[in-house]
Amino acid sequence: MSAPRPEGGRRWPGLVSRVVAAVAGGYALGALVSIACAVLLPLARSEAVIIGMMLSFFAYAGVVLWVFAARDAWRAWAGVLLPGLLLMLVSWAGRPS
Amino acid sequence: MKEGFRQCMAWLHTWAGLIPGWILFAVFLTGTAAYYRGEISAWMRPDLRMEDRGPEAAMLGVRELQRIAPDATGWIIGLPTESDPLLRLYWRPPGERRFRDGILDPATGRVAEGGETRGGEFFYRFHFELHMPPIWGRWLVGFCAMAMLVAIISGIITHRRIFADFFTFRPGKAGSRSWLDAHNLLAVLALPYHLMITYTGLLTLMTMYMPWGMQLAYKGDQQAFIAEALSIAPQPRPARETAPMTDIAPLVAEALRRWPEAGVRRIGVSFPGDANTTIVLGKGDRHELAIRRRELVFAGTTGELRLATGNDAPAAQTVGVALGLHFARFEWPFLHGLFFLSGLAGTAMVGTGLVMWVAKRAPKRGERRSFGLRLVEALNMGTIFGLPIAMFGFFWANRLLPGVLDQRPAWEIRIFFALWLAAYFHASLRPGRRGWAEQAGLAAALAMLLPVLNMLTTRHHLGVALPAGDWLMAGMDLGFLGFGLAFALAARKLWPRPGLAVAAARNRQLREEGA
Repeated sequence: MSAPRPEGGRRWPGLVSRVVAAVAGGYALGALVSIACAVLLPLARSEAVIIGMMLSFFAYAGVVLWVFAARDAWRAWAGVLLPGLLLMLVSWAGRPS
Repeated sequence: MKEGFRQCMAWLHTWAGLIPGWILFAVFLTGTAAYYRGEISAWMRPDLRMEDRGPEAAMLGVRELQRIAPDATGWIIGLPTESDPLLRLYWRPPGERRFRDGILDPATGRVAEGGETRGGEFFYRFHFELHMPPIWGRWLVGFCAMAMLVAIISGIITHRRIFADFFTFRPGKAGSRSWLDAHNLLAVLALPYHLMITYTGLLTLMTMYMPWGMQLAYKGDQQAFIAEALSIAPQPRPARETAPMTDIAPLVAEALRRWPEAGVRRIGVSFPGDANTTIVLGKGDRHELAIRRRELVFAGTTGELRLATGNDAPAAQTVGVALGLHFARFEWPFLHGLFFLSGLAGTAMVGTGLVMWVAKRAPKRGERRSFGLRLVEALNMGTIFGLPIAMFGFFWANRLLPGVLDQRPAWEIRIFFALWLAAYFHASLRPGRRGWAEQAGLAAALAMLLPVLNMLTTRHHLGVALPAGDWLMAGMDLGFLGFGLAFALAARKLWPRPGLAVAAARNRQLREEGA
């Protein structure tokens, strides 16, 4: 499956899968970035939360670009899920006791 | 792979731009108008403008609130500024959750009756709520803003010759080429602005869009976060004993002593008349770029200063700068005007992008236009020219509706939407150049006649405002004239001329034969 192109035949399943990965996966990764910053940054609580929120939108945009640039839908999803998993792990490991 | 990557980005740019495009156009245009929302509101109620901005104005506001809402659970007084010269009063009657509002008439010292309007606030709120229930509208606009951010970044990647494209404009080149050049020019010209306004727009509502870090760190207590991040004083609890309130004028004078440049913008009184009442004075934000929330909290009965709030931590200040850039509340006319022009460029960028989508897919002769193409073209016309028609119509409604009318602000808004809807109908019935030309002509007539209408209905028309140096009223009327002129030029250019059509057809034929 190659990149979605308007003229390159209809590849709806791959396209729908990418759209879901971009819209929902991107939001989820943004949310995980906001959580990781809030939990991990060694700053005042409000500062860490604000930085997380500000960065989350870049993460979201980055995911969308990645998802549509990836060679196939599997790579697109891997690029969302792996960093997401990583962020979850470090946030969980660094959670305040 | 490199070529493939750029093609992917071009594809993403096309669809991330088209699907939310019409909403983005409306958000950009009404948001750009909202840069002058104080001026728009003042134009709509020209007799209520106030010169005084200090303790006297505050006293007037308190006196009127004491008269009309002595038992309210909260008052807010918005003091006038140069660009927003109306004195606004808000009060929350007991048992109600929402504030009611009115504008003080400086001639009578009472809340003005008749001529109610949402004024510039309508455009301002529309640009992030779309006149929908706030939650829905804000999420929808947030989604579109995110798509915009993606469209901008993928657009930058698509254009490898970004600097050269800046100097490339091929007007008159047939079809989509010159639209592409115009789109590139508008995009590159104000690129930092487009990126900034989209990103900072997301930041204005970030606690709603991305609350998860906050939810976790504050265990779901959003109020605690806002109190810490913005350093807001906690709300007092009412003592349920009455006590007379202190005189507010010395408090305002004290605030003015601390903030000689910025002044006081906002006065909040919680539980007026209660023994535990507090008076909060908010600093004006007209003289600096960043929005930094500063408040002085006074005990309402004694007038003793309890607290001076403010948070200068780096991340909080960064957000303050971002919000300052987005709201552009500063009163530097040149920079403000530059923002306005950039906003118009952004609007035109979205508009040319939408038009280009159609131009690129224009059917060859003898081919039927697909439903999708016709739909997009009708949506384009009804949005790009229909929305300005509706906006000018809103100003007309403000002047023509009777002063005393039940639900007057709602009627203005109904007229706005009725005109907009009519523009979509017209667009679907008359596709092609003719339809575009007719809508541009209507927009031109509506805009250019607004100063005339103003002359017939008020004493603040150009003939008075210009000699008096009243640049607010004169600026609004001259602005209408300018927009009218631009639409008139567009209409003239678009109006189908038989000779031209024949020439264009011959050109096309020659090209097809050559190809």
